[in-house]
Amino acid sequence: MRIGIVCPYSWDVPGGVQFHIRDLADHLIGLGHHVSVLAPADDETPLPPYVVSAGRAVPVPYNGSVARLNFGFLSAARVRRWLHDGTFDVIHIHEPASPSLGLLACWAAQGPIVATFHTSNPRSRAMIAAYPILQPALEKISARIAVSEYARRTLVEHLGGDAVVIPNGVDVDFFARAEPRPEWQGGTIGFVGRIDEPRKGLPVLMKALPRILAERPGTRLLVAGRGDEVEAVEKLPAELRPRVEFLGMVSDEDKARFLRSVDLYVAPNTGGESFGIILVEAMSAGAPVLASDLDAFTQVLDQGAAGELFANEDADALAAAAVRLLGDPERRAELRERGSAHVRRFDWSTVGADILSVYETVTDGAAAVAADEPDEPGGLLARFGLARD
Amino acid sequence: MTSTLIWIVVALVAIGLYLSWTAGRLDRLHSRIDAARAALDAQLLRRASVAQELATAGVLDPAASIVLYEAAHAARQAEEDNREVAESDLSQALRAVFGEAQQMEAVRAAPGGEDAAGELARAVRRVPMARRFHNDAVRAARALRRHRTVRWFRLAGHAPFPLAFEMDDEPPTALADRPGT
Repeated sequence: MRIGIVCPYSWDVPGGVQFHIRDLADHLIGLGHHVSVLAPADDETPLPPYVVSAGRAVPVPYNGSVARLNFGFLSAARVRRWLHDGTFDVIHIHEPASPSLGLLACWAAQGPIVATFHTSNPRSRAMIAAYPILQPALEKISARIAVSEYARRTLVEHLGGDAVVIPNGVDVDFFARAEPRPEWQGGTIGFVGRIDEPRKGLPVLMKALPRILAERPGTRLLVAGRGDEVEAVEKLPAELRPRVEFLGMVSDEDKARFLRSVDLYVAPNTGGESFGIILVEAMSAGAPVLASDLDAFTQVLDQGAAGELFANEDADALAAAAVRLLGDPERRAELRERGSAHVRRFDWSTVGADILSVYETVTDGAAAVAADEPDEPGGLLARFGLARD
Repeated sequence: MTSTLIWIVVALVAIGLYLSWTAGRLDRLHSRIDAARAALDAQLLRRASVAQELATAGVLDPAASIVLYEAAHAARQAEEDNREVAESDLSQALRAVFGEAQQMEAVRAAPGGEDAAGELARAVRRVPMARRFHNDAVRAARALRRHRTVRWFRLAGHAPFPLAFEMDDEPPTALADRPGT
């Protein structure tokens, strides 16, 4: 099958959606399919052979933060050319509602389009205003995928219609086979995520830390992720600061070894999560998981059966649960075992088969995707794009 | 005078373009429904065929075989009006027969059973998928057809008002190895 995947975010910036697309492309190529990924990227960045650059993304303020987006004649032209040259059987667009490549591809393409909705943002003003513009483009999507039941609910509320739920995939064995590192073992709590992004929840964990250390003085907190390390420990009493170790950005291999080593993985995220891939990775590596009770996390942890949950933003509850778990090796062994069994459904072998099922279902009764003819309705942007081609 | 005339012509052309564009949208939605319906038909037929194969293969006990055969046969022969009921009955029969994991193991143990079990698992997983995609297309078309531009100018022509396909498509527990997804 010839599959075209559209990535809305810069390939050179690491992020969940980019990793998901990279792993999906690798998986599909491994199964013998032809895959081409269209992604924004700087011209100098080395790209894998299956990635086609759609040009540099422009940073613009959007939805409360600075997003790097692609739009304009040049991008539209590149999207059209990619669609034309690719002659894909199916096009898989990620985040079609973001004003970037996804939307451009939606405008220009015709035929079977599959779309994955990753985020579950609350309805924004921009979205309401853009609804009449979005709707004609989103109507072209033959099959919608949501990454969790929670994401599906938001999607149905905001845009109507329905979607199938297919979770994000993880290479479970990669994590399960990683070699633990002795210096990261022995009474360690692990945290992975941006340090200076409050919704990743490090401040909650920092607030809980003095209480955890009071009960179990031998505990160490290991933090893997970018950000200002000095600022992160500012609120902590000076004598406790050495108990926190910052590892900075870690490679995929080191992340797997990190998750293999820690005695407890804590995910104190306070919101904005639609899936929680890191929990799946932690469970794959056999780390007992303690997470805040966000909708998305509760679902990934099988309503608390595969990992423990605490009330969101409640540092006391986090501290109590962490102390209990650190002092109870049997319960941790039980969580390890349950987690390892539970994550099998997130393995690429399962997730990839589900995504292929969607591709096959939509291609079953439809013509091959081709670029819109210039005189076709709906191709206004594309028509300008062609003029510059 | 001339400029008024020019403005009227411009406005008429703009309205015409908008109407043609909306009609194009509607046309695309109708063909999307057709494609989704064809895909759903194919999946339903596949499911009924595998169920019938398993029922006549002699790997199940006679009672289960008869129940499954009846339901699969009825689903394949159903008229358009009864299709939803017949397919729902087949879902129920599948759930009744393959409610336990042992039954599936018995099928897998038979020669060629591994393939049949895989096909059935795929079919029961894809029917709900195809149905969601179909009903999603139907919803989008209905939303557009309710729009006053479409109603006043009769842009939908003689195309029948699209109907959702409602059925019970819950897969049997022994085959739904991915609860919560």
